[in-house]
Amino acid sequence: MLRTILALVLAGSLLSLTAIAPAAAAGDQPVPPRQKWSFSGPFGTYDRGQLQRGFKVYREVCAVCHGLKLVAFRNLAELGYSEAQVKTIAAEYKVQAGPNDQGEMFERAGQPADYFPAPWPNENAARVRYNGVPPDFSVLAKARTYERGFPWFVADMFTQFQEQGVDYIHALLTGYEDKPPAGVTLPAGNFYNKYFPGHAISMPPPLSDKRVDYTDGSPTTVEQYSKDVTAFMMWAAEPHMEARKRIGFQVMIFLLVFAGLLYFTKKKVWADAH
Amino acid sequence: MSGPSTYQPQNAFMKWMERRLPIAGFVHSSFIVYPTPRNLNYWWTFGGILTLMLTAQIITGIVLAMHYTPHVDHAFNSVEHIMRDVNYGWLLRYLHANGASMFFLAGYVHMFRGMYYGSYKEPREVLWILGVILLLLMIATGFMGYVLPWGQMSFWAATVITNLFSAIPIVGEAVVTWLWGGYAVGNPTLNRFYSLHYLLPFVIVGVVVLHIWALHVVGQNNPTGIEPKSDKDTLAFTPYATIKDSFMMVCFCIVFAWFVFYMPNYMGHADNYIPANPAVTPTHIVPEWYYLPFYAILRAIPDKLMGVMALGASIVILAFLPWLDTSRVRSANYRPLYRQFFWIFVAVCIGLGWLGAKPAEGGYVIAARILTLYYFAHFLVILPVLGWIEKTKPLPNSISESILASNRAAS
Repeated sequence: MLRTILALVLAGSLLSLTAIAPAAAAGDQPVPPRQKWSFSGPFGTYDRGQLQRGFKVYREVCAVCHGLKLVAFRNLAELGYSEAQVKTIAAEYKVQAGPNDQGEMFERAGQPADYFPAPWPNENAARVRYNGVPPDFSVLAKARTYERGFPWFVADMFTQFQEQGVDYIHALLTGYEDKPPAGVTLPAGNFYNKYFPGHAISMPPPLSDKRVDYTDGSPTTVEQYSKDVTAFMMWAAEPHMEARKRIGFQVMIFLLVFAGLLYFTKKKVWADAH
Repeated sequence: MSGPSTYQPQNAFMKWMERRLPIAGFVHSSFIVYPTPRNLNYWWTFGGILTLMLTAQIITGIVLAMHYTPHVDHAFNSVEHIMRDVNYGWLLRYLHANGASMFFLAGYVHMFRGMYYGSYKEPREVLWILGVILLLLMIATGFMGYVLPWGQMSFWAATVITNLFSAIPIVGEAVVTWLWGGYAVGNPTLNRFYSLHYLLPFVIVGVVVLHIWALHVVGQNNPTGIEPKSDKDTLAFTPYATIKDSFMMVCFCIVFAWFVFYMPNYMGHADNYIPANPAVTPTHIVPEWYYLPFYAILRAIPDKLMGVMALGASIVILAFLPWLDTSRVRSANYRPLYRQFFWIFVAVCIGLGWLGAKPAEGGYVIAARILTLYYFAHFLVILPVLGWIEKTKPLPNSISESILASNRAAS
């Protein structure tokens, strides 16, 4: 009787699930390809050279439309820049300050304590200018993902795979196609992207080969640019990741040793109780 | 609380104190000489783990509250301020967010343990009901805490869940407006959720005190489900239970630390890193994993009011468990049929959880309906009937006898 009930419940549930499988498959985006990131895994760290290149791509390409409002110039020291370099970078930006003694707002050169100024005065202005509000980069690498599905999400718990966001952004930046597939018409001012949900994205392909000069000999390709800027976005979203993983390792060692000691103490205490 | 106080104050001050406020004697009788069944297995350590998690949540929460700003214009950025500029703020915030998940994980293990070993049966009904109240309080507290970062999922979870009350006939709309403090989820809503999120953990502490009090009156259940009969059946709380609990607490902390330090956003939703935007609805509004089975039950019912009632009933029905289970035998170890139905029930709860994360369409809805039906049938049909028809295995005469028997089997 029991087996029958179990079989019925399971069969009914599974049968109803197979019914929707084809519907779910249609219209889906392809899974972003897995990339190698220096910051993945329990001992991952940011590659300072890559972050500086990524910042250069951000500054020369993305920053025209995308803000970085939660990051301050002083934070750039974490990319390996000296104090003087940070000051120079900050000074290249104009920030609004005031009011002064006369009650007027004024513009001055940026200082390390200032935050990256917004590229547009307000969201409505951005909407008019760009056909949508370009998302801020500060936490974007953590705000994007794709569905892993069963059983991968279970495996991720053990492999510590959590780079879905950066994999997706890298795939998006390299996933433009000049012509949409036959039968697909895009709304005016939209571009076809393999990985963007719905495929119609209002951001034009932002990167092209040789667009940004690299001084360290890295290839000046779309592939390299998009990896570098994505790594930079990950740093912006999770600036304390290195400290987190470093402390985590110490905590793990401590807990494992502590648990071992407690286990043997427990055995000793309970030895006379059995 | 139970058992005579054998505490003998040693020095003059403690003697003076014990005549005025016998707190040392109380601690001594409750946490040192308190008799615990000697056959408790590791599933019995989750009560201690829950106490640890509650304490950890309160401590990290109080410090986070010093840096958080409960205002719709500042909440999101103040959480990012904690993540970026507060010393070890990222640690506090990740401990607190993952701590909620760990709290629920331990809570569910604790409940399933109670179900497996029949810990809710006479005379532990009040102990069990206090536990159900704790679950309700945890659900409310966790939900309001999730709203505080004011991301997209925070905002829309708050909107969806508060809207459930609009299903109440006649007064529903008025109740929702009253909950919101306005005509939509907004600043007053965020403010009151913050206030209540700070208050409810201390209510939980109060109910936990009652829960432990009730426990110490009736004593712990154990894997055999028979009461201790002599001193041979029990061991002193300290050092035996203390060391066993400590070992498991540290093991649990390893799992906790795994998530906090290596994959702190695994249990969260990417959408909650997008600031709340009332004008944009996320494609899938999904609650945290620990609410998913209940969410699946809510969405399985096509009628809104009935769905809300099913959601409420799925939790409230737990309080009636002591009377729905008609078997006189407590432990599933001696109930061959119940043991199998118990594991089916666990599988159904996990299945509901998985469906809760899926879009409410097509086959997912049908599957959720079948499992919802089974969820309630487990309590309303299977448990009452099993008690009458099940042939249980013979119970041992005492706890010490069952230990001797299993030792003999092992050697």
